[in-house]
Amino acid sequence: MKRLFVGIDAGSTAVKVVVIDSEKRVLYTLIEDTKPFIEEQTGSILKAIREKFSGCEFFVTATGYGAQLVKEADKRVTEISCHARGAFFATGKKGTVIDIGGQDSKVIVVGNDGQVLDFVMNDKCAAGTGRFLENIAWRLKLSFKEMEELALSSREEVSISSTCAVFAESEVISMLAKGIELKKIVKGIHRALVKRITAMLYSVSFFPPLILSGGVARNRAVQKMIEEETGEKIIVPENPQITGALGAALSGL
Amino acid sequence: MDTLKRIKYEVITKAAKLALKGNRILSERKFKTPKRWRTDILAPPLKIGLRTKELVTRHYLEGRYAEGAKPVAWVTSGAPVEILKALGFYVLYPENHAALCGARRTALELCLEAEKSGYSMDICSYARCDFGALISGKTPVGKLPKPDLLLCCTNICQTVLYWYRVLEKHFNVPLVVIDTPFLYREAEEHHIEYVKNQLDKLVEVAERVSGKKLKFERLKETLRLSKMAAELWHEVIQTGKNVPSPISVFDQFIHMAPIVEMRGDAETVDFYAEMLKELQERIEKGVSAVVKERRRLLWDNLPIWYKLKFLSEFLAERGIAIVTSTYTNAWGELAPMMDPQRPIESMAKTYLYPILNRGVGHKLKTMKEMIKDYSLNGAILHSDRSCKPYSVGQIDERNRLISELGVPALLLEADHNDPRAYAEEQVRTRLSAFAEMLES
Repeated sequence: MKRLFVGIDAGSTAVKVVVIDSEKRVLYTLIEDTKPFIEEQTGSILKAIREKFSGCEFFVTATGYGAQLVKEADKRVTEISCHARGAFFATGKKGTVIDIGGQDSKVIVVGNDGQVLDFVMNDKCAAGTGRFLENIAWRLKLSFKEMEELALSSREEVSISSTCAVFAESEVISMLAKGIELKKIVKGIHRALVKRITAMLYSVSFFPPLILSGGVARNRAVQKMIEEETGEKIIVPENPQITGALGAALSGL
Repeated sequence: MDTLKRIKYEVITKAAKLALKGNRILSERKFKTPKRWRTDILAPPLKIGLRTKELVTRHYLEGRYAEGAKPVAWVTSGAPVEILKALGFYVLYPENHAALCGARRTALELCLEAEKSGYSMDICSYARCDFGALISGKTPVGKLPKPDLLLCCTNICQTVLYWYRVLEKHFNVPLVVIDTPFLYREAEEHHIEYVKNQLDKLVEVAERVSGKKLKFERLKETLRLSKMAAELWHEVIQTGKNVPSPISVFDQFIHMAPIVEMRGDAETVDFYAEMLKELQERIEKGVSAVVKERRRLLWDNLPIWYKLKFLSEFLAERGIAIVTSTYTNAWGELAPMMDPQRPIESMAKTYLYPILNRGVGHKLKTMKEMIKDYSLNGAILHSDRSCKPYSVGQIDERNRLISELGVPALLLEADHNDPRAYAEEQVRTRLSAFAEMLES
C-alpha cells in the first residue's frame, strides 16, 4: 500500500495542509481559515484527504498551536522545527528563517542539515505578527492586497510609535483625523512591523540568506522592507504559507 | 516586650514544635509517594520535604505569636541577619512570604490588592504581594507579625530601598538600610569598611529596639551556624554534578526556604546535613531526579513559583533535568567568606558579594563554570519581568553561551510571582522546540 505523509499546521489564523509521498513530492496543499473548533475542522480535512487518496496509508504529523487538537496525529512537532525543515527543503540552503505568522513571529537559524541551531520568538505580544496588519486592515476596511499595494505605492511614510497592535489602531485613527494620507500611514504600519521583526533578528547570531515563511511573507512590501532594514537579500519560497505544514509532512518520513 | 505575651509565645510555640515534630516523625514512618505523583518520569519526592514543611510551618506559626513577645524584624533576603538572630529577633522575610504565596497561587490576589491601592503593575511582584498582604491582611500563613525594626540591604536590588520605605511609613518603626556598593571587580578595603560601619550602626539600632546588648560570642556562634548551613546547602546543590543527578532545580527551589529564612539556626544545619545524606543515598542507589535523564540544563534567575509542577513534569517528560541554577547557588557560594572569628568584618565582605551585586560579566562567568562543572547541555534563562537586576544582560549572556561554549540557550519570558506575565501556550512551544533542538 502506498504510504503518504500528511503535515497539518494548525495555526491561529489558518490551517495549512501538505501531502507528500515517500519521494518527497508534494501531491496536495490546502490553506483555509482556522475555525473555532480545530478538532472537527482538521478531522474533516483528513477525512477528505483519505477519500481523495483512497487506498493509501497515511502518516499524520501535526504542528502549530492547534497541534494537540489534531486527534488523528501520529506525531507532533513544534512549528520551529517544522519551519526550519520546510524552509531547508524548499531552498536547499542553510540560513535564517523569518516566519511571520498570524499570532507569533519567529527567527530560526538553520544549520547545514536543516537542523535548528537557535531560535527566538516574539514576546507575549501581538506586535510584529500578522495580527498587527490584520487589525489595521480591518479598521481601515482594506484587503491585504490593498494594504500591500498602498505601502508599495508610497514614497513617504509616517512613523507609528506604538508597538502595541491595539494601541496602533487608535494611533492610525488619529492620523486619519489629522488628514494624513492613507498610503503614508499604511507604509508606516508595515515599517513598524518590519522593525519589530528585524529587532528580533538582531537578537540572535543569524547568517544569510534570510528565508521568509508564513502568511505575511507573501506581502511584497514586507519583503522589500526587510531587505532595506537588513541589507540582506531574502528568499521567499513559492508558497511561503505552507512551509510549516511541509516541514511537518517531511518530519513523518 | 510584654511578659504575658512572651509566656504565651513560649508555651504555644514549644507545644507546636513538639506536635509538628511528632507529626513529621509519624509521616516519615508511613511515607508514601502521593497518588498523583508522576513516578513514570520523576523520582519519588524527597523525604526531607516533610522536614521542610515542618520547619516552614513552625516558622510562620512562631510569627503569629511573636508580636509583643519578642522583637520582630522584617528583612530582605540578602540582609546580614546574623546580628538580629544573635539579639533574639524573630525574623520575617517578605520575599519568602511572597514566594510562598506564589507557590500557593494566592500571589495574584495580593498583587491586585496592591494595584487597587495605586501601586503600579511594573513594580516587582514580590513587593506588590507584600503590599497587598499589608493592605488586605490576607496571607496563607494566617497572620504576619508587625515589625519593630526593618532591615533592608541593597545587595539584591534597588527596589528594596523603596519597598522598605513604604514599610517604614506603614509601620512607623526604625528602618536600617545597608548600602552595598555595586562590585564591578573585587571589593576594595574601603567598600568593606563602608559596609562594616553600617553594620556597627545596625548593632546600635537593633540593641536599642530589642533592649538587649549584643553578645559577641553569640554572634560568632550564629555566624558559625550560618556558615555551616550555607556550606551544606552548597554541597546539596553540588550533588547535581553526579550524572544522572539525584536532585533537580525544582527540589532546590522548594528546599531552599530554610537557608534563606532560617540562617543562623542550629536546626537549619541539621536539616541540610539530613538532606545531603538522602541525596548521597540516592546517588548510591542510582536514583535520578528525572527518571530518564537525557539532557541536563542550567536555570538562570528566580523560579516561576506558580508553575513549578508544570515545568518540572513538562521537562521530565522530555528527558530534561534542570540540574542547577545561579539562583539557588547564590545561597551557598559565599560560605567560604564567612569567618566566625571576625564576624562583623567578614559579614561586611560576604554581603557585598551576592551575584546580583556584581556585574553581568561575573554572572556569565558563573554560568559558564556551572555548565562545565555540572556537565550541562544547555541553559534556560528566565527573563523575569519583576526582577530587573537579574534579567538585565540576559540576551547577551544567552548569545555568549551559544557562541563561546557552543551550548543552546533559551530565553523564557515570565514573572516569578505574577501569572499575568506568563503565557502557557507560548512557554510550551518554546520549551518543546528547545527540547527538539537539544535532541537533534
